[in-house]
Amino acid sequence: MAQTAVADSDTGPSLTELARSHGLTKAGRLPRLPEYTRHLWSYRHFIAAFANAKVSASLGSTKLGVVWQLLTPLINAGVYYLIFGVLINTKQDVDNFIAYLCAGVFIFGFTQSVVQAGSQSITANIALIRALHFPRASLPIAVSLVEVRNMLASMVVLIAIVLLTGEPITVQWLLLIPALIFQTIFNTGLALFVSRLISKVTDIRQLIPYILRIWMYGSAVLYPVTFFAERIDGWQLALVESNPMLIYIELVRHALMENVELATPAPWLWVQAAIWTVLVGFGGYVYFWRGEKGYGRG
Amino acid sequence: MADQREPTVIADNAHVVYRIYGSAAAGSNTPLASFKRIVTGKKSGAVREVHAVKGVSFVAYKGEAIGLIGTNGSGKSTLLRAIAGLLPVERGGGIFAAGQPSLLGVNAALMNDLSGERNVELGCLAMGMTPAQVKEQAPGIIEFSGINERGDFSSLPMKTYSSGMAARLRFSIAAAKKHDVLLIDEALATGDAKFRKRSEQRVRDLRKEAGTVFLVSHSEQSIRDTCERTIWLESGVIRADGTTDDVLKEYETYVSK
Repeated sequence: MAQTAVADSDTGPSLTELARSHGLTKAGRLPRLPEYTRHLWSYRHFIAAFANAKVSASLGSTKLGVVWQLLTPLINAGVYYLIFGVLINTKQDVDNFIAYLCAGVFIFGFTQSVVQAGSQSITANIALIRALHFPRASLPIAVSLVEVRNMLASMVVLIAIVLLTGEPITVQWLLLIPALIFQTIFNTGLALFVSRLISKVTDIRQLIPYILRIWMYGSAVLYPVTFFAERIDGWQLALVESNPMLIYIELVRHALMENVELATPAPWLWVQAAIWTVLVGFGGYVYFWRGEKGYGRG
Repeated sequence: MADQREPTVIADNAHVVYRIYGSAAAGSNTPLASFKRIVTGKKSGAVREVHAVKGVSFVAYKGEAIGLIGTNGSGKSTLLRAIAGLLPVERGGGIFAAGQPSLLGVNAALMNDLSGERNVELGCLAMGMTPAQVKEQAPGIIEFSGINERGDFSSLPMKTYSSGMAARLRFSIAAAKKHDVLLIDEALATGDAKFRKRSEQRVRDLRKEAGTVFLVSHSEQSIRDTCERTIWLESGVIRADGTTDDVLKEYETYVSK
């Protein structure tokens, strides 16, 4: 008869001590944040390859392929213009409503698609997570990279629209670059946050479309930002105007368009944008890292 | 057990619990039932917990090859995943390992819309190889998998592969790396006889380089061929742990009952 080694509590501590004395590391130990970050950095090629793979997998089944990256934002802008610019005439108090609207739609769309894709980045790849060892943050970060590509395509469309509607090219256009970098970091943090949250509480995924819709209406995407100041004041207005999406959209409009009315002066917008970027970017990363070892559980 | 032997994997009262969503029994997912759960604060019926490994303890030493046997659903694969650190071990127990154990499974999910070549690249990067290493190893991996034996399949999407071909490619990717502690999950059962022979040879090579090998298999022959020690797991509990001959004899009488 073979010796039986059914677990019993007496042998417990001694086995753990034996493991310690031989310098074995605990499986599923949470690495420290700097160690985790280094590990993640060494997987940068995997992240890039995974992001590329996702793009080719999603566009591979279409005939037009990459052209869709340009067509999607164009159609998107067209639909909103038809409804809000032509049918419900909200454009009366804005000089260049088409450009104003498209900036809002594209910038909000950037964050929106990161949240939508990020919410699935853990749950949809659970088999990969259970099979291979890699820092899990690679998955939401890859999602954010994919959307950066789409965003760059929609920026090309946006710049064309802005120029066609008669805005001049100014030095201020350079501000577009830091604004988009801020938003990308913000989005990545958000993707990390959402992917952990949804891997724990799957029900929230059902709420995401509604949360995004409320967020969009609160971000002055479809109507002028002055709309809020005319209707509410006090803490309610302060709350609406501290909305990070409203801030990022305003920054882009401010960078690309002349004579655009801002909710708050531009320097204060930049300060707020920086605060949101650091807060959500770093906060989301730390929140995700804390859960690193539990993602395989499902 | 002799003290001079160097332990590589130690499991100390390890418990693993799976959580499964959306598997509620009929009737427990009605709006009324959900509302009742919210009011009473009971755990959702849609989330079920499966206690797959229940308090397993063992010590594995350097140079050992250990077979894991047990009937279907006995927790063998789950235990391997826990050793690899892919599934978390519940509080109160723990699994300790030297270095980073690698799980060599045939279930490693790859992207079905992409070509075999791109999957090789992605899989290797996910195992932590550098792009230069990937470039160097990729042709060898594709050749070993033998998917190009019937034309240029490596440039076709993986969804066009037969299940055997896909499994062979996955095994080839996973077996391309050297490992300290190697965990093999039914890998030898995939592919045709020719590929099985080749993969058994590869496992023996990997074993020479690896400190310790765990092998999950339903094939008693491949356990007998590769392992001198065997652990028999049943319903998440170790039934027996000893030399392969002894444990297999006991297992056979249990199964044939």
